Amino acid sequence: MDFFFFNLMPYGALDLDYDKKFASANLLLPNSYYDPEEGHKLYTRYLDELEYADELGFDGVCVNEHHQTAYGLMPTPGVIAGALARNTKNAKVCVLGRALPLVNNPLMIAEEFAMIDNITKGRFVAGFVRGLGVEYHAMGINPAFSLERFHEAHDLIIRAWTETGPFAFEGKHYHLQYVNLWPRPFSKPHPEVWIPSQGSEETIRWAAHPDRKYTYLNVYSPFSAVETFMSMYRQICEEEYGYKAEDRQLGLAVPIYVGETDEIAAKEARPHIEAFFNKFLRIPNELLLPPGYATIKSLKAIALAKREMLGGGKTMERMNDLGMFICGSADTVRSRLEEFQDRVGLGHMCTILQFGTLPHELTKKNMELFASEVMPHFEGRLRQQQSQAAE
Amino acid sequence: MTSIQTETLKVNDVKLTLRRAGEGETLLLLHGANGSASWLPVFEELSKKFHVILPDHPGFGDTAPPDWMDNISDMAYFYLDVIDTLGLDNFHLAGHSMGGWMAAEIGVRNGHRIKSLTLVSAAGIWVKGTPMGDLFAWNPQETTHQVFAQKSVIDQMLALQPSDEELEVTLKNRQMAARLCWAPRLHNPDLRKWLHRLKMPTLILWGDSDGIFPEPYAHAYRELIPGSQLKVYKNCGHVPMLEARDDFLDRLTAFTQGVS
Repeated sequence: MDFFFFNLMPYGALDLDYDKKFASANLLLPNSYYDPEEGHKLYTRYLDELEYADELGFDGVCVNEHHQTAYGLMPTPGVIAGALARNTKNAKVCVLGRALPLVNNPLMIAEEFAMIDNITKGRFVAGFVRGLGVEYHAMGINPAFSLERFHEAHDLIIRAWTETGPFAFEGKHYHLQYVNLWPRPFSKPHPEVWIPSQGSEETIRWAAHPDRKYTYLNVYSPFSAVETFMSMYRQICEEEYGYKAEDRQLGLAVPIYVGETDEIAAKEARPHIEAFFNKFLRIPNELLLPPGYATIKSLKAIALAKREMLGGGKTMERMNDLGMFICGSADTVRSRLEEFQDRVGLGHMCTILQFGTLPHELTKKNMELFASEVMPHFEGRLRQQQSQAAE
Repeated sequence: MTSIQTETLKVNDVKLTLRRAGEGETLLLLHGANGSASWLPVFEELSKKFHVILPDHPGFGDTAPPDWMDNISDMAYFYLDVIDTLGLDNFHLAGHSMGGWMAAEIGVRNGHRIKSLTLVSAAGIWVKGTPMGDLFAWNPQETTHQVFAQKSVIDQMLALQPSDEELEVTLKNRQMAARLCWAPRLHNPDLRKWLHRLKMPTLILWGDSDGIFPEPYAHAYRELIPGSQLKVYKNCGHVPMLEARDDFLDRLTAFTQGVS
């Protein structure tokens, strides 16, 4: 299992009382809540943290894309990835991911990623996502065509990376007379592709296809659900596609906090992880799930249960119990991660070691403890499931 | 007493579900994004004077969507085929909200057989400086407050407990409405260039408290369609069939019969 450092770059200076006036830190929160002086400090600090992760020996550094939100300050993650391409030496630079359907010309993503891949000499991972439902409001893109656009944009990008141009791309949503990528990607046949997702079966089946074998990266699900999705991936590979999935095809992104003891960790992490789940990730269903973005079946289930997908009222203990947050001493975190590895056979662990309002000093300490006390334990460690079963 | 019949009409690869009742000149009613329910408060009364046809558009209510139905232009051409299939000639056309937009798009493409046109709280155009309400971002409570103006109606709507099937239909309608209308939002930027082609007598009906298409939209339509007449109802939201029912019925009937 290898370890990546994921920084979501939240606007950590957010006035957390915003929710007395506004329903979400997404889309509707006026940008008067954003102070550029604080913003400059945060970008500097977050870039420092990403670069420090490279020094500490993380296998990769990860950024992503979100629009019009205090939750993440990277509407154009290529800017951050570009800075990291030069200032990191060993870690892979991972954009997890870019929201393909939100652009009107995906060739620009193929170009941007090919540039980063060339600059880093192939030290790059390309993430493809559909974007959150709320981003279809933010970018004025029709959510009912999200899946069609995702698949078409994906095909265009892969063909642009692998076929000799110029050629014409004839799609429904994207139709280009000339596809002739300069630069071609450094990686052969093309950069490694990961698919961050919250576990739709269609996505898992598509990612696992033998033509792709893309890494499925699960985000924000209780561990019981993660286990279901990862078993589904392996089962689809074996039963439908006739091959055995490798661990590298499965990844998990999860916020983690390591302290000197369980008590210290809980005390230090609590306000920041609760702000992360209850304030930064607060999105009403109407914004999160615009019509057409999800299937009628899942929308109906949500409406009947009157469920708030990402609402408030989440405690640290609850998130910890669900495995949506891992918190404690190095020993506690190690055994929790061992359990995750053994139960599903994870290849990649994307650690979110900064979350919500967590300040720099605590982030740094968290990173250092994780890198020195947790990571080495997993060097060369394989999934234990089979050997136990054999005993 | 007229009876409302539901039937299925095969048009190309679509099995169109439609309600039909009454005798006399044909009045084709096109429903909005929320489905045929908005016309039901006046359907029966209208069927005492006209041969009324109210289809569920492809993707709405009981009509399954074909996979090629992508936008309102597709919908307008599809309805020209429906009109051919039904053999309608010299008929009256009325559309509410998204259905009003469709009616205008049908009329500018081929208006020769349309004897009269009624646009009720119609989508289709954008008025610069006057944003539409964002019906896709509202929760059900906000939607009710934006769509209706009268407290008694709002209370009645908020008290409704949709059945499982009604909920599914609502979600399907919303999904198809998003597919057709999300962007450009509920309008065609080119339509206003061609509204002068609507040469048939045209009546525009609107509520002054419409939270989706504010009153300036009514006046813009009135100016863009030569010779059209406009009635704006006071203390009325997006569904005048409900909140101004009596006058709505009288006016639509008198206008349509006056043309006949």
